[in-house]
Order: sequence, then C-alpha cells, then structure tokens
Amino acid sequence: MTPSLLYAFAGAALCGIGLFGFIVISHLLRKLLAFNLMGSGVFLVLVGLAQHRSGPDPVPQALVLTGIVVAIAATALAVVLIRRYFHLSGKTALEDPARDTLPHQGPREVREAPRE
Amino acid sequence: MTLWLMAGLLFTPLAWAVLTLLAGFRRGRVVTWLGIAIQVLVSLALWAVVVRDGGFQYPLGGWQAPLGIELRVDGLAVTFVLLTALVAAASGLHAGFYLDPDKQWHRYFWPLFWFLWAGLNVVWLGNDLFNLYVGLELISLSAVGLVALGGQSEALRAALRYLMAALLGSLAYLLGVALFYGEFGSLSLSGIASALGQDSSGDGTGFALVLMLFGLALKTALFPMHRWLPPAHGIARSPVSALLSALVVKGSFYIAARLWLELGAPLGSLALAQLLGLLGGMAVFWGGWQALRQRKLKQVVAYSSVAQIGYLFLLFPLTWNTTEAAALQAQQAMTLQVISHALAKAAMFLSAGNLIMSVGSNRVNALAGVSHFLPFSLFSFGLAGVSLMGLPPTGGFAAKWLFLQASLATGQWWWLVVLLGGGLLSAAYVFRVYRASFVEDSNIDHFFHPARRLEIIPMILALLSLGLGLMAEPVLSVMALTFANGEGT
Amino acid sequence: MTTGALLPVFALMTSLTAAVIIFTLPEQKHQLRTAVNLIAAVLKLLLVGLMIWGVFQGREYGISFPMIPGVEFVLRADALAMLFAGLSASWWLLTTVYAVGYLEDSPNRSRFFGFFSLCVASTMGIALAGNLFTFFLFYEMLTLSTYPLVVHRGTQQALRAGRTYIIYTLTGGAVLLFGIAMLHGFSGDLPFRPGGHFADMSPDLQAPLTLVFVILIAGLGVKAAIVPLHGWLPTAMVAPAPVSALLHAVAVVKAGAFGIVRVVFEIYGLETANALGLLWGLAAIAAFTIIYGSARALSQSDLKRRLAFSTVSQVSYIILGLCLAGPVGVAGGLVHLVHQGVMKITLFFCAGNYAETLGIHRIDELDGAGRRMPGTSVAFTLAAFGMIGTPPLAGFITKWTMGTGALAAGMDWVIAVLVISSLLNAAYFLPVLNRIWFREQKNAWPEERQWGRFETSAWLLWPPLITAGFLVLAGLLASASFSPLGWVELIVAREVDL
Repeated sequence: MTPSLLYAFAGAALCGIGLFGFIVISHLLRKLLAFNLMGSGVFLVLVGLAQHRSGPDPVPQALVLTGIVVAIAATALAVVLIRRYFHLSGKTALEDPARDTLPHQGPREVREAPRE
Repeated sequence: MTLWLMAGLLFTPLAWAVLTLLAGFRRGRVVTWLGIAIQVLVSLALWAVVVRDGGFQYPLGGWQAPLGIELRVDGLAVTFVLLTALVAAASGLHAGFYLDPDKQWHRYFWPLFWFLWAGLNVVWLGNDLFNLYVGLELISLSAVGLVALGGQSEALRAALRYLMAALLGSLAYLLGVALFYGEFGSLSLSGIASALGQDSSGDGTGFALVLMLFGLALKTALFPMHRWLPPAHGIARSPVSALLSALVVKGSFYIAARLWLELGAPLGSLALAQLLGLLGGMAVFWGGWQALRQRKLKQVVAYSSVAQIGYLFLLFPLTWNTTEAAALQAQQAMTLQVISHALAKAAMFLSAGNLIMSVGSNRVNALAGVSHFLPFSLFSFGLAGVSLMGLPPTGGFAAKWLFLQASLATGQWWWLVVLLGGGLLSAAYVFRVYRASFVEDSNIDHFFHPARRLEIIPMILALLSLGLGLMAEPVLSVMALTFANGEGT
Repeated sequence: MTTGALLPVFALMTSLTAAVIIFTLPEQKHQLRTAVNLIAAVLKLLLVGLMIWGVFQGREYGISFPMIPGVEFVLRADALAMLFAGLSASWWLLTTVYAVGYLEDSPNRSRFFGFFSLCVASTMGIALAGNLFTFFLFYEMLTLSTYPLVVHRGTQQALRAGRTYIIYTLTGGAVLLFGIAMLHGFSGDLPFRPGGHFADMSPDLQAPLTLVFVILIAGLGVKAAIVPLHGWLPTAMVAPAPVSALLHAVAVVKAGAFGIVRVVFEIYGLETANALGLLWGLAAIAAFTIIYGSARALSQSDLKRRLAFSTVSQVSYIILGLCLAGPVGVAGGLVHLVHQGVMKITLFFCAGNYAETLGIHRIDELDGAGRRMPGTSVAFTLAAFGMIGTPPLAGFITKWTMGTGALAAGMDWVIAVLVISSLLNAAYFLPVLNRIWFREQKNAWPEERQWGRFETSAWLLWPPLITAGFLVLAGLLASASFSPLGWVELIVAREVDL
C-alpha cells in the first residue's frame, strides 16, 4: 500500500461519510457541508488513485483545481438559495409540503417575492 | 472557418452571459435577441459544415488533450446543437414577452439562460469525461438558478431540492471519472474504450460505470429518482420549464448514452441493461399515472416528462449485446425521441403558460370551455400532445416505431408493453386536458387572448415535432454522419 | 413528377386546407366559412371524379417518399381506393350541406367544421393509403379528429361518450400498431398489392401470420364495431346528427371495414387467408355480429340508438362478404360498403331532421310524423326498406349478390344468416314505419319549430332526399357499369386474383 493509495482510500471513506450525512441530515446548511465533504473525498480519490498508478501526474491536479472552482460555485449558489428560502419561509429543511400545516413566520416576516 | 464557428458556439454564450449580467431586463432582452440570432446562424453553419464534410475532432485553442479541451463534432452532436439553438431561441423569444420586466429579479433570466446554453453546447461537443462534468455542472447550476427565478418560497424549495439531487448526481459521476482516470490514465471516452479493448481486466471500472450511470440517471430524473423534477418543472416560469424539460434533462441523458454506447459492451452486463430498461419502463407507467392524477396543468406536463424520459432508457437493453441493425434502430429511436420530446415538451410548456395566463388559473379544470374561443395555444398544446402520445405522423411516433422494431428484432418483446401501454397512458392524460376544454356548461363568457407573438412560438415548435415524423429519414441521415476519417461513432 | 402523381395529394390537401382556413376564421363569419367548406367539397369531388375516370381507364396515380428508415409514406389511387374515396367525397359534400343547416345558430361552428374537414381528410388518406403504415397514420388521425365532433355538445353525456369512444379506438389503434409492427418485423414494408404478399410463404411463417392476422383484425375490428368490440358505437350516437351520419356511413366504421378489406385482399391475399383457415373464424364472428346487432336494435327505444345497433349489424355484411372468398360474394361485401353508407346516411339525416324540427328522439314519439314531415319520412322509409332488403333497393342488391356468392362458395349457412337478419331488420324497422305513417299524432311534438317554407329547413331536407334517390338508383341501375356494383365488379376483376 502506497501513501497515494492511502489517500485514495481516505477519500473513499470521506465520500461515504459525506453521503451518509447528505442523506440523513435534513438541515440544509449541514446537508451542504456534507456535500462539500463528499466533494473533497472525490478529489482525494482522483489525485490519489492516479498517482498510485502512474506516479506524479499534473492532469488530476489541474482537474481538481477546476473541480474545486465548480464546487465553490455550487456551494455559493446553494447558500444564496438556502438563505433566501429561510428568509421567505422560515424553514431550514425541505420537509414535505403536505405535512406543512402550520406555516412558520419568517424571521423578518417577508412573505412576498424577493426584491434584490 | 471552423475556428470561428467553434468560438461562436462556445464563447458567444459565455460572453453574452456576462454582457446581460450587466444590463437590466429590457436591455438584456435586446442584447439576448441579437445573441440568439448569432447562435442560430452559427449552429446552422456548423451543421451545414458537418453535413458537407463529415465530422471532425477539434482541439480548442490548439491545445491537445488531456490538458487542452478537445471537442468532438459529429452528426449527432451538431443535430443536438441545432436542436438546442432552436428550442433555446424559441424559449428566449417567448421569455422576452412573457416575463414581467418590472419584476427586478427577472433580469437574471438572461445571464442564466446564456450559461445554460453554453453548458449544453459543451456537453454535446465534449469528448472527455471531465469536460462533460464541467458542462453538466454549468447546466445544473444555471438550471437551478432559473427555477429559483419564480421567486416565491415554493420555487426556492423546488430549486433547492433540484440542486441537492443535481449535486449528488454530479459527485457520483465525478467519482466514476476519478476511478476511470485512476485505472486508465485517460479521460477521453474513445481512449478508455480502446484501452478496454486491449485488456479486458479493467477491474472495478464496471463499478465506475455504474456510479456514473447512477449519477446521470439521477440528473435525468429516471424513476425512482424523479421526485425532484415535477416540483421544479412545474413551478418554474413557463419558458424556463420549457428549457428544463426540453434540453436540460437531455444533457445528462446524452452523456449516459454516449458512455453506454462506448463502454457498455465491455463493462456493462445484461442485468444492468435490463435494470435500466426496467426503470425506464416503470417511469413510463408511473409518470403517466401521476400525470393523470395531477390537478395543476403544469404538473401534468411535468409528470409527462418523467414518463417520456423513461422511453429513452430503453436504449440500454436494446443496444447491449444485440445485432448491429437493432442497435442502430434503437439509437435512431433514442435520437428521435430526444428531438421530438424536446420540441413537443417545449411547445407544451410554452402553450400551457399562455393558457394559464389566459384563464388566470393553473388548474386543469379552469380550462373548462376554453375551446369555445379556439385559443391558438390550445391547438399547440394539442398538437404537442399528439407527439407525446406517439401517434403518427409525429416524431414521437417515429421514435416509438423504431423502438418497437428494435424490441422485436432483439426478441425483447416485453418492451412492447411499455411502448404501447405508455402511449395509451399518455393519451389518457392529454385527453384529460382536451376533455376539460370541451366542457360546455362552464360560465366563462370572455377570454383573454395572449399576444399573437406569444402564441405563434409554441405553434411552430409543435408543428416541427409533428413534421419530424415525416422528415425522420433526412434527420437521421445527418445524425449518422461520423468522422471524415471513419473513426467510430 | 407529373400532375397525375400529385392528384391524390391534391385530393387530400383540399380538405386539409379547408380545415386550416376554417380554424383561423372568426366564429361569426358564417357565410365565408360555408363558402370555403362547399368550395373545398366540390373541388374534392371533382378531383376524385377525375381520378375515378383515370383509374377506370387503367391509370394509377401514386406518390411515395421515405419517412422513417424502412418505412415509406405511400399514397396510391387504385380501384379499391376510389370506391372509398368516392364514397367519402360525395358524402362530404352532402353532409356539409346538412351540417350547415343543422348547426344553424349553434355555438362553436368554427371548431366543428374545422375538425369535420380534418376528419374527411383522414378518410381520404385512409382510402388512398398505399401501405399499412400510411393507412395507420390516417387511421389514427381519424380517431383524433372525430373526438372533438363526438364531444361537440360539451354536455356530461357527450364527454362520457367521447371518453368511451377514445378508449376503444386508441386501444384498438395500439393493437393495430402492434400487429403492423410485428408484420413489419418479419417481412418489411408491405405495400398493398392485389393478391397479397404471402401466396407462397414458407410453412414456418404460418403460425406467426395467423397470430398477426388475429391481432390486425382485433385492432381494426374496434372501428368496424365487430362484437364484442362494438361498445363505443351506440354510445357515440350522442354526437350531432351530421356527425353520426358521417361516423356510421363513411368515416369511422367504414375505415375499420375498409382496413379489413385491405388486409385480407392486399396483404394476405384472399386465397392465402382462406388457406390459413382465417376466413372461417372471421365469417363466424361477422355472422354473429350481424345477428347480435339486429337483435339488440330491436329493444332500443331511442331512434338513434336503434340505428346505431343496426350499423353494428350492417357493417359486418361487408366482412361476411369477404369471407365468402368467391368473386360474387366478395362483390356483394364490397358493394355494401357503398350501399350501407347511402342507406345509413339517409336514416341518420332523417333522424336528425325529426330531432331538430320536432324534437323527437324516442321512437314512441314518432306517431304521425309522416303527415307533418312527408319528405323526410319518405326518405326514411326508402332507406328502411333498403335495409330490410326489399327489391329493387340498394340493400336488396347486396343481399342478393351475397346470397348468390354464398351458394357458389358452398357456404349455405350464410343464406340462413341473411334471412334471419332480414327478418330482424324488418322487425325493428317496420314498427317505426308503422308509427310514422299509420298512427295518429297523440301528443304535441316535444319541440316543434317552423323552418322556412318546407317541412324543415331546405338545407336539412335536400340531403336525405338526394341520398334516398341515390339508393333507389343504385338498386335500379345495378347492372350499369357506373353503378356501385359495376365498379365493384371492376375491382374484383382487376384486384382480386381469383
């Protein structure tokens, strides 16, 4: 077992933990964190596995850089949406609308469409 | 020449995205329409080039793979580029009239629209797995943004749900890419395929393929992973819904299909192929059944997308380990189904938007008696419905016919149940809408006719999807064009 | 490409164009719409007449282009096609005239006439289709374009009928598609060809061919209203009278019957079908349908429902005729395609007149109607006698020819079927005639209205009189070469290789 392979296995483990969190947790921000964890795991696998096979390789590094940019963009979008959603509905989770008999008031009582 | 075309195809959308980001809604609209004209022309020109000379590989900016971006321009890709140009142009024009310019946040429609278009073109033309990932993410993120454009909290809920599904799907896909790269040190599809051809020992890569297909199926909303789709497509503004169901879900499906056609033979298995087909079949029935039960017009259309996507997945069992002729038929059927569903569903969402605007309600029952006023949009809706039902001479029928032939030729007669039963089920939900429009004892005595320009766009799309069945042969002959040097499809 | 090749296309386009124009016309432009309708109908009749003349001279018109890989779109005008096309074109003109009168002052006329034209375009396509695939295309188009006509009234009853109609016909369509796809699967694209394609098939094809035949007939049988697939037809009679006339006489049921004719003659070939033992089964079903439909008609108290069950019974004459598998019997069946059309269209026109002028829907309300509406009643009487098979009317010609054919084919039991059916026909028509002519009017008419100087509006009165005249002529002049029987004999001589 080379260190690179160890990285890859660690990445796989992170993926698993992240996936578990992603599915189990209902709080949106924490779900998002779980997603990020999973993402990091995938990046580790990408770099580790490739180095294990063929030694240092610039391509996966470049890919991971791009991947991180994509992940940041996705996270940013998610945060904006979560914030706006909380703003409008006062909720932090995506529970089933059918169960939603007592609508909570949002913290700022803004109930119409956004005005940004 | 090709330099300019490729640049036009990929960079105009990005440049226009930035430009429109800086402008307000009305100015963005003018800028966008100019851009649409450019894009349509470029797409047509590229299409003409491929029709004349055959396909080619194009390294972007002269950089070679793996670090550079290499594009693959073949008949299928240009067909989809052209389809995208058509549907996006229609939705963009419609949105310009349909969206309320006085709602400030609507101005974000334009940049998101352009990012989406850029992502789609990347996916159609991309040749390596990682670029496809970037394209996919670009599509998903802008699509989520477009859904959130509705503004109210329901729209945000739908958008978030969509985002979560899309992110999970992308990661699954990316993990698969990592495994492939780890195994073969290559990202190009054809590279992996040829490496697999040499030694069949790619252990663990079967798992990678499954992972990627799972991620892509999740993004394509294959049953039972479809639950994010109806709320998102149902609540989005109508031009957005049109873009989403006509093009966005097709992007991820296209990648899945390409993966399968290149790598399915060595890495797939009978069980996997049949499972995907089975899920597709269940999607057809479940989606159709749900569409029948929805009370809101746009939800009906959204569930119908779930059903129609199901047909696409029949590609997998019908191309795995079958004769070349049958596999070709299945591929042609898939292509036609993608095109005809894109046209019909865009027409349907746009006309549903018009109808909702006319009657002031999004419920199916609110359409009672509207056929009295002969609304143009109802015709468009109806014609698009004919294509969804798969009745001749529509493109939907041509696709169904080819799927039928492929199923019979491969002896997988059980798909016939899906194809014929699914057609009947879609007839049931489409006729529910017609039926509502014929009710005579309603008391509506006036009817708001939307502007003609809003109505003519879905009509054109619906007529195209209707005519596709008659033009199927020439369309498919372009699709079959491969590279000039005769290298694989 | 010559003009000759384009004639079938033009014939199709006249009604398609009319449909498009009518849909775009505003609702209140009644006169313009009527003009468009009538011009298109006359134009089409002329085109069809031209083609009939050409076909009579031995020419064939056709056009084809590839549609989907392996499948061609084929339009072809042959003698058999012209039989149906002529039927459709001439009745379109009359039904349009009738519908203009019938729907006067009612809403949604633009919608009605638009779909009406589409429906006629579909029947024209069905007539001219040159292969099963093209046939199917127009067959489904017919289903779609008749739905709005059936639900035209928009009442709950009409909507329910529409639903029944669409469930039956679309399911039938799916079954038919299944059959066509299977047939296509093992023998490729099959153009309609006199004598069929399977004259010298290999023995291992026998079982699948038999299966496919059953599937095809089941699919087509829905529209042809073969028992037990007939359920939609009596329900669909809630449609306005011109629609019923069209459904029963030309469009839907005939499309099914015509399809069966095409499959038996020009896909399988009469001899092959006979050799496979398929015609026996078909004959048995047809015979059962004839008796069953007539028997059910007896117990109906609603006039249009009685006529609907009568259609169920009569259409199967056509099918039974085919199964006689001899030139005479086949001619009897084919000629009934026209004869049944002319008689049934007359009956429905008359039923519509009673309903529109006097508000009569039930048979027991008809007492004394003959004195109030003599013209309509004479037409009704002639058509009813025609149905019963009284010489020298059209129905008699059918039954006589079929009887002769049955004897020639050695299927004597068919004579018994014909006799029983005629007795039943008499049993359900004569009481109606008795009420019309020989009973005194008991109560006031449910909803009487005065309409012009005749017994009813001239638009409503002339079409049944003309069709009634036609059915007399078809009987009297049956031996002339231009009569329906004469044309059918031409078809049999030319197409069916016996």
